[in-house]
Amino acid sequence: MERDFLRYRKLKNSLFHVFIFIITCIAVLVLVWLFYDILKRGIPWLTKQFFTGYPSRFPRKAGVLPGLVGSVYIIILTIIFSVPTGLGCAIYLEEYAKNSPLTKFIKINISNLAGTPSIVYGLLGFAVFVTILKFGRSIFSAALTMSLVVLPIVIVASQEAIRSVPQFLRHGSYALGATKWQTIRKIVLPAAFPGILTGVILSVSRALGETAPLVMVGAFASTWALPKSVMDSFTALPILIYDWTGRPQADFKDVAAAGIIVLMGLLLTTNAVAIILRNKFQKNIE
Amino acid sequence: MFRISAFVKDAKADDRIKAQGIISRMKLANSIAKNIFLFFAMISIFTTVGIILSLFVNSIGFFQKVTLWEFLTGTEWTPLFADPRFGVLPLITGTLIITVGALLISVPIGLCSAIYLSEYARPGVRKVLKPLLEILAGIPSIVYGFFALTSITPLLQKILPQTEIFNAASGSIAVGIMTIPLVSSLSEDALRAVPDSLRHGAYALGATKLETSLGVVVPAAVSGITASFVLAISRAIGETMIVAIASGAKPSFTLNPLQSVQTMTAFIVQASQGDNPHGTVGFYALFAVGMVLFLMTLGLNILSHHIVQKYRKEY
Repeated sequence: MERDFLRYRKLKNSLFHVFIFIITCIAVLVLVWLFYDILKRGIPWLTKQFFTGYPSRFPRKAGVLPGLVGSVYIIILTIIFSVPTGLGCAIYLEEYAKNSPLTKFIKINISNLAGTPSIVYGLLGFAVFVTILKFGRSIFSAALTMSLVVLPIVIVASQEAIRSVPQFLRHGSYALGATKWQTIRKIVLPAAFPGILTGVILSVSRALGETAPLVMVGAFASTWALPKSVMDSFTALPILIYDWTGRPQADFKDVAAAGIIVLMGLLLTTNAVAIILRNKFQKNIE
Repeated sequence: MFRISAFVKDAKADDRIKAQGIISRMKLANSIAKNIFLFFAMISIFTTVGIILSLFVNSIGFFQKVTLWEFLTGTEWTPLFADPRFGVLPLITGTLIITVGALLISVPIGLCSAIYLSEYARPGVRKVLKPLLEILAGIPSIVYGFFALTSITPLLQKILPQTEIFNAASGSIAVGIMTIPLVSSLSEDALRAVPDSLRHGAYALGATKLETSLGVVVPAAVSGITASFVLAISRAIGETMIVAIASGAKPSFTLNPLQSVQTMTAFIVQASQGDNPHGTVGFYALFAVGMVLFLMTLGLNILSHHIVQKYRKEY
């Protein structure tokens, strides 16, 4: 009787083990399904014309070039705006800030900003950068908005990187008479560099795929010219995908899938490059 | 001799002055750096202030034309009609359906995979499955929107033929899939933070792994797990592109998931693309809805923060 009960409990345990394993695999299978569907639809459309052409009313002539150029512009500017700001904020919070109410408020505020929907940033960008500051529906407005979207990611990742630098390195530097700023510049930042780079990759990935803020600041779906300056009107990869997905012709859905493949390829490349860089620097420090 | 020592003394004084100069320059650089970093830290606060001000100021224009009561209790949202109605409830119910549907997917799957990865999986298996799950979080939402419209909806239509092309169900399934990694990784962190001594205690009493996991570890980690659910709700409410693509643009006061609905976020996207000249009620409506959205997610974020702080156990 008791032995039966024990067997029953053990059976329940193994059944549960199998059950949660299957559930976890379902999530992974969805991933496979998603990639399979998109690759199947999009690969036949990845022609030279697609990479070098401009948006068109005809699916066969549609190209992704202005979107690619627009996205690259936005990413570069977003990095320029958000990395120094986010890193500076992290340095302040981790190295300088005392445990004051202001510090606490800044920390809570950052975690709230991380949870704020990107479309709300879009509304902010539209109201402030486009309308009040009169930057217009430009790459500049889009990049400023995107910088605010990714700022919490950069801050949190940099904070973690700075926190993981062992304390004895700092103490060694102080013992030699260095000031806080010298310690940060010469000791902490080089040691935290790989972690900071991770934050930059994460924010680039986010900024590449983020669509809603770009819609809000007024990206155009159809442009026939490449932007010449950062104050020009623009389109971006996700905007083109959004536009193509919404068109009634079935062929445009396949064009959208091809656009998604380009976007995911770009995401994969930036991630790979950054991981290689990170591993290289990590070895140097050790 | 005397003269030489005087010379040395002078040189020492010179050095001291020089050193003091260097030190004071170092200190100056340090305090300049500190203030620059403080300014950068303040930018996050300026951002929040900017969000609140731009939503609030532009909402004033809206509430001059529409009463707060009508906005909050009206069941019709027809900003583009000749006789426009601005009752936000259809947008709220639309958002609600999407959120509940998404949770039905992300909570069970996310929690099960968290328990599996933290308690059951061998390190080798975990090393493979965890990054795969995290890829789900890295896929842009526009891709999920495309997937919902072109893969999930046709599947739903095969099972339930009355499903409309744009429907709440397919959007909410995609939002749910997207938030699985959020629930699973935050819950897994919470489970792994439970010290092994608790598990060993349960094993010593003869408990099986199942009994230990569900009876000891999960209850000990319940605050972190709940916080992950709250964050998943907040993410689902704010998700924009998936629902704008897959769930339609028809604000209907319904709870039928097979129909087309419009969420708050989808309305904002739609209205910003249409012709709503600056100064019209339709234009200001954008910000009024954005305000509701912001207040909801803000409340949920604060709630999750509070749960973690209040119920955090130190072992």
